Amino acid sequence: MSIKRRRFIKESLLASIAVSLGTNIVYGKNIPEGLNLIGLDDASANQFPGKNSRLTVLNDRPINIETPAHLLNDALTPNELFFVRNNGLPPNDIDVDNWTLTITGESASKTKSYTIKELKSKFENVNYNLTLECGGNGRKEFNPPAKGNQWTTGAVGCAKWTGVRLRDVLKDVGIKSNAVYLGYYGADIHLSGAPDKKSISRGVPIAKANEEESMIAWAMNDENLPLLNGHPLRLVFGGYPASCSGKWLEKIVVRNKVHDGQKMLGSSYRTPCDPVAPGSKVKDEDMCIIENMPVKSLITSPKTGASIKLNQTLPIAGHAWTSKEEIKKVEYSIDFGISWQEATISESANRYAWQNFEAKVTFPERGYYEVWVRATDSENDTQPMLLPGWNPKGYLNNACHRIAVKIS
Amino acid sequence: MYLALEDHIIAYLNKPTFTKEQLADMTERREKARRQERADNWDLVENGIHVKTGLKADPNLQLIIGSCTSCHSAKLITQNRATRQGWKNMIVWMQETQGLTDLGDREPKILDYLAKYYYPEEVGRRKNIDIEAIEWYILDLGEE
Repeated sequence: MSIKRRRFIKESLLASIAVSLGTNIVYGKNIPEGLNLIGLDDASANQFPGKNSRLTVLNDRPINIETPAHLLNDALTPNELFFVRNNGLPPNDIDVDNWTLTITGESASKTKSYTIKELKSKFENVNYNLTLECGGNGRKEFNPPAKGNQWTTGAVGCAKWTGVRLRDVLKDVGIKSNAVYLGYYGADIHLSGAPDKKSISRGVPIAKANEEESMIAWAMNDENLPLLNGHPLRLVFGGYPASCSGKWLEKIVVRNKVHDGQKMLGSSYRTPCDPVAPGSKVKDEDMCIIENMPVKSLITSPKTGASIKLNQTLPIAGHAWTSKEEIKKVEYSIDFGISWQEATISESANRYAWQNFEAKVTFPERGYYEVWVRATDSENDTQPMLLPGWNPKGYLNNACHRIAVKIS
Repeated sequence: MYLALEDHIIAYLNKPTFTKEQLADMTERREKARRQERADNWDLVENGIHVKTGLKADPNLQLIIGSCTSCHSAKLITQNRATRQGWKNMIVWMQETQGLTDLGDREPKILDYLAKYYYPEEVGRRKNIDIEAIEWYILDLGEE
């Protein structure tokens, strides 16, 4: 092993170690081959800007990283732990002061552009806690398997977003009565590098755009958006697949038909209009755009694999979310779904915010257990224990989350 | 001033300075650094896996690396499973929507490789929790 492959530590740390050792530290040339020293500097461990190195990397080109369930325990997901689903490459050389958002399209009354400063000063600034979940979260479990990033449970997070209401901006521009859909365009670069190609250009129906909580946001948890989450400007729509919430937002087109941008067609973010048997081939015209995301929940504490003693009580905690008004019940089972007990749930901060749950669980005897959790929302929708309807791209898996526990 | 130290010196030095969590963290980082060193070696194959990309070693490996990883991560291959037809469909999708050009006589070789190593397994309506992957730990619940 060559000297250049060894790891080094900083002077300050060495100085403190030298003090505790009471001697000078040997120099590199005297160190035997094959030995390492790992420093404490976190920066080298972080592969991606602004993101914690403990996230799971599914893909590094484009960057797709998910959050292990036990790292989602915070009431609001910290920026460094929030998942990333990129379709292209983040833009370079972002000039926040001169960044503009242009509203245009055949159903816009006129074309109008705003700097971020203008957005901040011209419109009411609002905060909402909104859950964002990738439509493909849970794809890994589908059988037959679906192509794409094999998300397990971690393509979800809930943050406090700061920005302006999309509907306030649309009103300022003026929308024609024939408007049916919005499409977004971002500054991210296509993987091939081709400047004329867009990685993704999706959107939402006008009714969704006009909801109170639909935002153009510049901040997440009171900080600027992380680069990988769309800095300096993005859309945020709670309750819809996160792919609708365009990042590095530069342009919104108001359409007189359903937006036909990149990843609005084919099997992208669409599921069979009518249910199909697993593995079926589905024609494009028989696929419908995903709108509302299903009710779902996640156990974020303890981490799966906990071992406790028989006389101990296990505290469990997590979150539940829905595209409907709110979560009204969260239940857990330790007997593979035979019986269910209710957990305590928190109030919703606002629509589309996830709600926290907690419970204290006791176990009747020693052995292997699984704790399963399922949420029920205000429309009485709940979660299946098996995989929900198979679809070609593996979207909308809201099967109940499971963790393993041993009692000794 | 930059220095390198032996492991046992570090262990000694760390003893009075670091908590259990920090030591565990340092061990994890050391392992990570070792993995990184191995991953920096372009030719290294371990247990049938090409360490640099994570792809299965094969006489056609360089063809796969050359054809696929200029546009996307090898992870997009290694995390997916499909039949030969399924992989063919993905190639067609990349050609229709992502600017992939005709692969010519490389295509059957690529499909053979993908179908040989990255094929789907029957797991029913829901797979068991992956018990092998669980890292069991004693949960410290404090005084009860």
